[in-house]
Amino acid sequence: MGGLSGEIWQPVRLTIELAAITTVILLIVGTPIAWWLARSKAWWKEGVASIVALPLVLPPTVLGFYLLVVLGPDGPGGLFASLWGGRTIAFTFQGLVIGSVLYSMPFVVQPIRNSFAAIGDRPLEVAATLRASPRRAFWTVAIPLARPGFLAGAVLGFAHTVGEFGIVLMIGGNVPGKTKVLSVAIFDYVETSQWREANILAGGMAVFAFVVILTMTLIEKRVARINA
Amino acid sequence: MTSDEPRTIRAKFCGTLGRFKLDASFEVPATGVTALFGPSGCGKSTILRCISGLQHLPGSFCAIDGDIWQDQTVFRQPYQRPIGYVFQEASLFQHLSVRRNLLYGAPRGAVPLDAGSAPFDEVIDLLGLAPLLDRSPHHLSGGERQRAAIGRALLSQPKLLLMDEPLSALDRLTKDEILPFLERLHQRLSLPVIYVSHDMTEIERLADHLVLMQSGAVLAAGPLSALQSDTTLPLAAGRDAAVNFDAKVEAYDAAYGILALQVDGGRLLVPAAPVTVGELRRLRVAASDVSLARESPIASTMLNALPARIVSKSLVEASEVLVVLALGSNGGGARLLARVTRRSWDLLQLCEGMNIFAQIKGVALAPARSVSEHGSI
Repeated sequence: MGGLSGEIWQPVRLTIELAAITTVILLIVGTPIAWWLARSKAWWKEGVASIVALPLVLPPTVLGFYLLVVLGPDGPGGLFASLWGGRTIAFTFQGLVIGSVLYSMPFVVQPIRNSFAAIGDRPLEVAATLRASPRRAFWTVAIPLARPGFLAGAVLGFAHTVGEFGIVLMIGGNVPGKTKVLSVAIFDYVETSQWREANILAGGMAVFAFVVILTMTLIEKRVARINA
Repeated sequence: MTSDEPRTIRAKFCGTLGRFKLDASFEVPATGVTALFGPSGCGKSTILRCISGLQHLPGSFCAIDGDIWQDQTVFRQPYQRPIGYVFQEASLFQHLSVRRNLLYGAPRGAVPLDAGSAPFDEVIDLLGLAPLLDRSPHHLSGGERQRAAIGRALLSQPKLLLMDEPLSALDRLTKDEILPFLERLHQRLSLPVIYVSHDMTEIERLADHLVLMQSGAVLAAGPLSALQSDTTLPLAAGRDAAVNFDAKVEAYDAAYGILALQVDGGRLLVPAAPVTVGELRRLRVAASDVSLARESPIASTMLNALPARIVSKSLVEASEVLVVLALGSNGGGARLLARVTRRSWDLLQLCEGMNIFAQIKGVALAPARSVSEHGSI
């Protein structure tokens, strides 16, 4: 299976890499956004929430198109890329990461925001009356209590990045080893009538999706049991 | 920022919260238990939140022992105030064991307060927490949770303990389980406490000072018994009006099981289980349990008939009058309330300033040792 399996496994490896990096970035970037959305009393916060949620509704090609404009050689992305001698961020792995972060943002921010909101004011007030600074209260009370939200956000963010197609096609193209991820590879195999390879990858994705949904359900059941 | 007014709590909170208007100021000693009492929605809990800094009403003032926590220019954040706060619901951290909950607010500086240290063991012992330490808050009863929450507040080594109706979420039985713990706390620790409640029976057992509140304003503030016997306040006019005072155990008659208690201006006999002589006990005398006699009753089954002087009389209902008495023939002792019929008052030709005998049908003794040394100010 030598050559064939190498060719098949490359997009799998790349996809996992992309999804992992995207998930880590989203947990770092999404947590303060989720915290702010859950705690702020600003009247315009729902506006921000709507922007974060846009990829849920927007066709991925629309988001991809705008990203292409922004990241491409004539946009700010091109200017940025010229700093290290590049011409564009589009059609690079970095470009894919940026696109994935934006595309999967709502799937990470939403569950974390919900579990921050579910904590309520009381535990944080209690922490404050026990001499905990806001920073300490955040790390020792809010984060541990919101753990189910982080778990759900990480799983959903990862899974969604694995499954994205439209955006990848728009800004990533199809560069083997750099931007050719699973969903594009499947599309490619079908285009070139390599049904066996397409079958292996598609079947793997189906199993993966099943495992994700099962995991989420089990997490939720566990949370419900703890809170009972 | 320390001025020359030690051991006082000075507070003035004013502002509007939604439609609720708060304009309350009071000054009480920073010793013993001060109860904030009033009907639901009168602003007692809001005052507690303001003292803790959880609520910020600009233009207010708050100073404890001369240490300013809030004024025009200063506002200390809650975590910068040396307080302990016990909420109505225990609010333990669900993700931590009881032990880690208890230690969450414990000082972590040069001399960390740890499990096994003397203050830790003292609090564990005081609140009976030893068997709960390794449990999760999920597996505690309501009463156990509240005890753990009180312990957690105490272990943060506060200079002022704030308690917001800590018993009101509990059923009658659990309340009776916790009250003795609170009384022990009051007795063993010299920590000033502000205790919010709308239940007079809790206040009668725990409070030394009272701040009486009504719709966002302070009606009166002062020692508990002084406010109880003030006929201009709603407490004295109530059906269940009573006066509490602290009495010293003078002797115990083991043959009859009778306790002799020294109060200001007299001596009361109460049937009770043996206790140590010299101990302070809290008494409760209900206005409806006191009757008046012109002469000392010669043959009577009543244990207590004390000389007293009528201080004032006021009409409470068409048929009844409320009489304020001062114990002792010179009228200088502790105040008592008596609720008698207007008919008897006229028949006996009683009048203010007259020396009479107060016959006390029943004296209720707080079930546990309840009064601390600093309780009798």
